[in-house]
Amino acid sequence: MVNVGTPSGEPCVREPVERCYCAPGLGARLRFTRRDTGKVRRRTVVVLGLVALAVVAVACAPNASQSALEPAGPYAQKSFDLFVPVFWVAVGIFVIVEGLLLLFVIRYRHRKNQTARIPAQIHGNTRLEIAWTILPTLILAGVAVPTIATIWDLAAKPTGDVLEVNVLAHQWWWEFDYPGQDILTANELHIPTGRPVYLTLCAVGFGYGTPVPSDGGPPAPNACQTGPPDGQQPAAIGAAVIHSFWVPQLAGTQDVVPDLTNHLTIQADEPGVYQGQCKEFCGLSHAYMKFRVVAHTPADFDRWVAEQQAPASAQVSGPAAAGKDIFLQTCTACHAVAGLETANGQPAIANGAPNLTHLMSRQCFRGCTLETNDENLARWIADPRSFEAGSFMPDYGLTSDQIDQVVAFLNTLE
Amino acid sequence: MASVSVQAERPGGLLQRPHATTGFWSWFTTVDHKKIGILYGITAFGFFLIGGSEALLIRVQLARPDQTFLEPAVYNELFTMHGITMVFLVVMPLSAAFFNYLLPLMIGARDVVFPRLNAFSYWAFLFAGLFIYSSWFLGGAPNGGWFGYAPNSVTDPSIGMTFYAIGLLIAGIASTVSAVNLAVTVLNMRAPGMTLFRMPVFVWMGLVVQLLLAFSLPVITIGLVELLFDRLFGTHFFDVAAGGSPVLWQHLFWLFGHPEVYILVLPAMGIVSEILPVFARKPLFGYQFVVFSGIAIGFIGFGVWAHHMFAVGLGPVANTAFAVSTMIIAIPTGVKIFNWLGTLWNGDLRFATPMLFSIGFIAMFVIGGLSGVTHAVVPSDYQQTDTYYIVAHFHYVLFGGAIFGLFAGIYFWWPKVFGRMLSETWGRVNFWLMLIGFNMTFGPMHILGLQGMPRRIQSYPASLGLSFWNMVSSIGAFVIAISVLVFLINAVTSFRKPKQMEADPWDARTLEWSTSSPPPEYNFEEIPVVHSLDDLWHRKYAETEGGRVVPVAAGGSGEMASVGDHVGGDGGAGHEGGHAIHMPSPSYFPLIAAAGFPIAGYGLIFGVPAVVVGLVITLAGFFGWALEPSAE
Repeated sequence: MVNVGTPSGEPCVREPVERCYCAPGLGARLRFTRRDTGKVRRRTVVVLGLVALAVVAVACAPNASQSALEPAGPYAQKSFDLFVPVFWVAVGIFVIVEGLLLLFVIRYRHRKNQTARIPAQIHGNTRLEIAWTILPTLILAGVAVPTIATIWDLAAKPTGDVLEVNVLAHQWWWEFDYPGQDILTANELHIPTGRPVYLTLCAVGFGYGTPVPSDGGPPAPNACQTGPPDGQQPAAIGAAVIHSFWVPQLAGTQDVVPDLTNHLTIQADEPGVYQGQCKEFCGLSHAYMKFRVVAHTPADFDRWVAEQQAPASAQVSGPAAAGKDIFLQTCTACHAVAGLETANGQPAIANGAPNLTHLMSRQCFRGCTLETNDENLARWIADPRSFEAGSFMPDYGLTSDQIDQVVAFLNTLE
Repeated sequence: MASVSVQAERPGGLLQRPHATTGFWSWFTTVDHKKIGILYGITAFGFFLIGGSEALLIRVQLARPDQTFLEPAVYNELFTMHGITMVFLVVMPLSAAFFNYLLPLMIGARDVVFPRLNAFSYWAFLFAGLFIYSSWFLGGAPNGGWFGYAPNSVTDPSIGMTFYAIGLLIAGIASTVSAVNLAVTVLNMRAPGMTLFRMPVFVWMGLVVQLLLAFSLPVITIGLVELLFDRLFGTHFFDVAAGGSPVLWQHLFWLFGHPEVYILVLPAMGIVSEILPVFARKPLFGYQFVVFSGIAIGFIGFGVWAHHMFAVGLGPVANTAFAVSTMIIAIPTGVKIFNWLGTLWNGDLRFATPMLFSIGFIAMFVIGGLSGVTHAVVPSDYQQTDTYYIVAHFHYVLFGGAIFGLFAGIYFWWPKVFGRMLSETWGRVNFWLMLIGFNMTFGPMHILGLQGMPRRIQSYPASLGLSFWNMVSSIGAFVIAISVLVFLINAVTSFRKPKQMEADPWDARTLEWSTSSPPPEYNFEEIPVVHSLDDLWHRKYAETEGGRVVPVAAGGSGEMASVGDHVGGDGGAGHEGGHAIHMPSPSYFPLIAAAGFPIAGYGLIFGVPAVVVGLVITLAGFFGWALEPSAE
């Protein structure tokens, strides 16, 4: 509380507000009456509140950011903390070099009123050559040391309470397998905050020389595919090509390469939704192969795990029941739903396409390019190729009533 | 022997040796390095317009979020073809145009060592480009990216990547053969007295580039053959399920691909090294250091390839090694830049259009080089790789660098080649529009990449906040297009001027300016004897004790060809003063030999008979070529 005494020695009137300016002149303008102060204070608070809300909204908007300049976890922070100083060094060199260029261009330009001269024919200066070889070397050495340290730091497997998840990259969607929790999901990678998440990256699909076996069984899976839980069949639709897992707010990228088993560690500091997408060109629908990382508080994460581990609810009625019949006859050729049986009595465990057991718990589908709602689901089923170029999901030619029934059934998969 | 001033009058029978060195049809049978250089230049510029149009379509698609102007299949073809076109069909052949035209002149030779091979290279390049572009009409253009990563380039169902493999193999033949030709020319055909360290920097860069080509092309040849065999003949080089490795493709591609980027930029660096001294009126600062830097870049360029693969998962040892080697290669690059600045320092700078483009080159290349150094910081590159930040980097070095340098060369040597000047007024407009448009297009891409825009995507959602800079970038692309149009107007209208140009309009330093504009077919009436670096300059100016430069009081200074020493005594037209000048004769066979390759290529795709036909034509071409004398 600032308490500026009045020149006349009278005590400053203490208003129940923060400040009390009693100096004349300035104070004459700033002297507030109780009523005025309250109004100004309210206005100020409202304005500040709106600004804060805007800042928070921008920072925490669900679709806000795929920016490498807004790290939200320690691993992304390491890349960022290395980039910033190097960037400023580069800016410094830019200013010096371009500045010299500009200076020389201006200073040594031929002016019309000058007599034409041929300047001294200087051929070089060995000392300068040595200097401008050594100086950049020293600068680069300075950059190289933290670079190398961080390369090794990021390559190390994290220790402590690590969550392990297998990331399976298909054409053109992301699958997430939690071996420790027996969960198989797609499009959204849910993680707890404050814990390193150690990802094993696998590219899934046909090798191009491998034909589909004539008995209709699944082709040989990629070597690093660990297999879905509950004995579900591994399967492959689409070719095994190189992808790249990138959620810039949480970490730099690592490629998903068919013949390598790559790893990436990510960690989120705060709960939120972080955008990601495939960065390595992988075919027709490369642009539509996105995902989200949803970070929960540890308690919320445990709740999510429990929900995901439950089988699909078996109670359906009305249109959903008709939809379930259609689903079991057509969709289970590729989509798995834990706890269901297909039309011929087999468990619905085919796994060439996203596991749909808890589809409704996911905000997005179709390579995380469509929000999960009835309208989008219906449009997708009606014409997959309009949302995914070269899609491997067939158009089954269902009538719009049939599609509505299927969507009603999908709504029960919570 | 062809007597140069005589037009032979012989009936043009089918198997008769062609003799015309002028006229429309002479362009198809020419073996003159100057005509071949012009052919390369025009063809490359045509592909530049096509590749630029592909870029404009891309930028229209990306101007706003979620656009559906181009569907993914077409978009993937467009960015693939844009990359292939600009790298293989524009910058490389435009550089080849300059090397072909200028290397023999700059070293005081009459032609390259193997003139028919030189023609063969051009025709093979042209046919390769036409072959690749015919794919648009024959089933689909290449769509797997110019880098064609396996397995996607193998598994993609479109025929396009087969055209890619075959077309680039044919182009590779053209470049490999040309590399040998030009390297041997530089090493063996220099005028008396021109030691290696009296060669112009442009010739040095030419030599380094040809050696880079010779050693890097075989690597991608292997990769492309393996890709072709995987696609056509059921092999499994890149098939994991059968024991192959996709990463193998990347190593083979980038072992070529990185030296390739130096192949793309060193010629422009050589051009700028020639232009700056002329318009600063003083020699290149640190000539030996610029030369050695170029050589160093060539060598080290073979040791950095996996910096394109930092995120592939090669492991921290490999990533460390290549981070360090990539940082090391920045050092000789910096040395060159500082030496160019030293050339400008204390000069008497005149800003003709070649000089504007050269200064623009330096300014833009510095930006591209600095962003390149940020890529070498591997953990940072994990965020930058495969985003528009990388697109920004390589456009700054390849457009702001190579293309600006090549434009500088076009403006500089235009009077020598065509006997007319390009307009300075239009040239200024061209330069400033291009500079502004270029920075508008590619500057914002640094921001877009860091804000999360990956490469090779045909659209992005509005929610990512990428819309504003994408729109700016797209507008910039059209500004570039206008600047290119300005250049075309300049070029075309220059031909309205009469073809009368002095030998040395710029008061330059190198030997090509000592002969007429354009040069006669035999280049020099008498082969000069060279006494120093910048021999022409020293014939015109002498340095006094105090370091001042004074013009040499030369008699008959208008006739440059007669100043200085020549082989054979005093000057005079060769065919009058003494012995006749023997020039190689035109020939059909280079074109015929080259024509068989695309035919065989179509055969690989559409049916074996064409393979046989193509090979027969090529063999017939080689056979006839081998049996005909080089001059008659």
